[in-house]
Amino acid sequence: MNASRSIIFSLVAVGILVCLPLIGVAAGMTSFFGVIIPYLAVALFFIGVVARVVRWARSPVPFRIPTTCGQQKSLPWIQSDNLENPSDTKGVVLRMILEVLLFRSLFRNARMEFYEGPKIRYASAKWLWLGAIVFHYSFLVVLLRHLRFFSTPINPLVHLLEGVDGFLEVGVPRLYLSGLLLLAGVAFLFLRRVTIPQLKYISLPSDYFPLFLIFTIASTGVLMRYIYKVDVVSVKELTMGLATFHPVTPEGIGSLFYIHLFLVSVLFAYFPFSKLVHMAGVFLSPTRNLANTNRMVRHINPWNYPVKVHTYEEYEDEFREKMIEAGLPVEKKE
Amino acid sequence: MYDSGKIIPGIILFVGLFTFPFWSNMGKAAPAPKPELPKTAKVCVMDTAFMKTEHMVLLNHWRDKVVREANRVWLGPDGKEYKMSIQNGCMQCHTSKAKFCDQCHNYAGVSPYCWQCHLEPKENL
Repeated sequence: MNASRSIIFSLVAVGILVCLPLIGVAAGMTSFFGVIIPYLAVALFFIGVVARVVRWARSPVPFRIPTTCGQQKSLPWIQSDNLENPSDTKGVVLRMILEVLLFRSLFRNARMEFYEGPKIRYASAKWLWLGAIVFHYSFLVVLLRHLRFFSTPINPLVHLLEGVDGFLEVGVPRLYLSGLLLLAGVAFLFLRRVTIPQLKYISLPSDYFPLFLIFTIASTGVLMRYIYKVDVVSVKELTMGLATFHPVTPEGIGSLFYIHLFLVSVLFAYFPFSKLVHMAGVFLSPTRNLANTNRMVRHINPWNYPVKVHTYEEYEDEFREKMIEAGLPVEKKE
Repeated sequence: MYDSGKIIPGIILFVGLFTFPFWSNMGKAAPAPKPELPKTAKVCVMDTAFMKTEHMVLLNHWRDKVVREANRVWLGPDGKEYKMSIQNGCMQCHTSKAKFCDQCHNYAGVSPYCWQCHLEPKENL
């Protein structure tokens, strides 16, 4: 699919997903969209992610294939870089922590440029890293803030997070920065895809669809909080019902909420089957989570089978007489 | 499965963390709040649906009118004039903060900053 087709396809898909709960709730299917779909989506999320991880874990990784960019550990007087080229578990753990929490491999991103005729230079390109950090961390804050809908009494840490998130104290209800940053982050990641020609060329519907889905989820959330407000107490009755397995669907929650809930359910259900599962996959990347011990330790291929060998001694035993007859040198004469 | 010593604890950690809303509420009842409605009056300054979702916006607007413009009178959509005041307006009917305001605010985890300036009514409950 070419770029504009991919974008249109994803837009139409999200559009249909927005319309479904809109029509369904108007037809009185609140318990279907408020209870059944969320439960199914969450079940699919857990089963899917666990199955995916187990499937990955069933692939043998016989050789160490870390991508390295530092001096390997060798002789004691040669200084090695245990972070860029880890030789032990400590180095690997540190490398993984920095990768998972700070997206180090994106930070290293470089761009090739041509200048002054046919000269090439590599420039650091941090925008992807910055966009990714903004997007992922604001999404995390938004997700954690939603715990206020899933617990009574609410954990004080959630209130602390809300306090930090809304420290500007703008407007009523208080403006949360994470909501705006999330929208900005998704918008940036989308614009990046459509403005860089090479990136546009390799982008697929599976790249655009999650971006549009998350953008719609975030914007329905922002709309519900600041503009077309919904009755938060009824919403919490519904979410607490889901969390305590006593589902209820209170009357009079706006359909905007059901759109939000349905799209979140779609995101959860879609998660294990899409690129989004990198949340689990980052921990299982063999180019990151292996120590570079290819020379220090003997790694045996688990699917090695016993090889039938025919040594020279056996060969000579078999053909000795004929070799002597032909005048060929032999190691053992009778 | 390879590396099950790392994979299985990882999966347990993942499921444990992500099911927090389910196990943290185990065996807890979460009754919906029941704010006590005033017995003296039947109608508020706006209708119930509006007050449920937009009361904070209205109060914020009132605050600006009173504090910045020294205007204490608000003309409701029903043509009646109301006094813009928490103590002498809202709380004339909604007499108890604990039985009215706090009911939903505590449930939804909201702590409005009304009472940073206004004196909180002393209630013996």
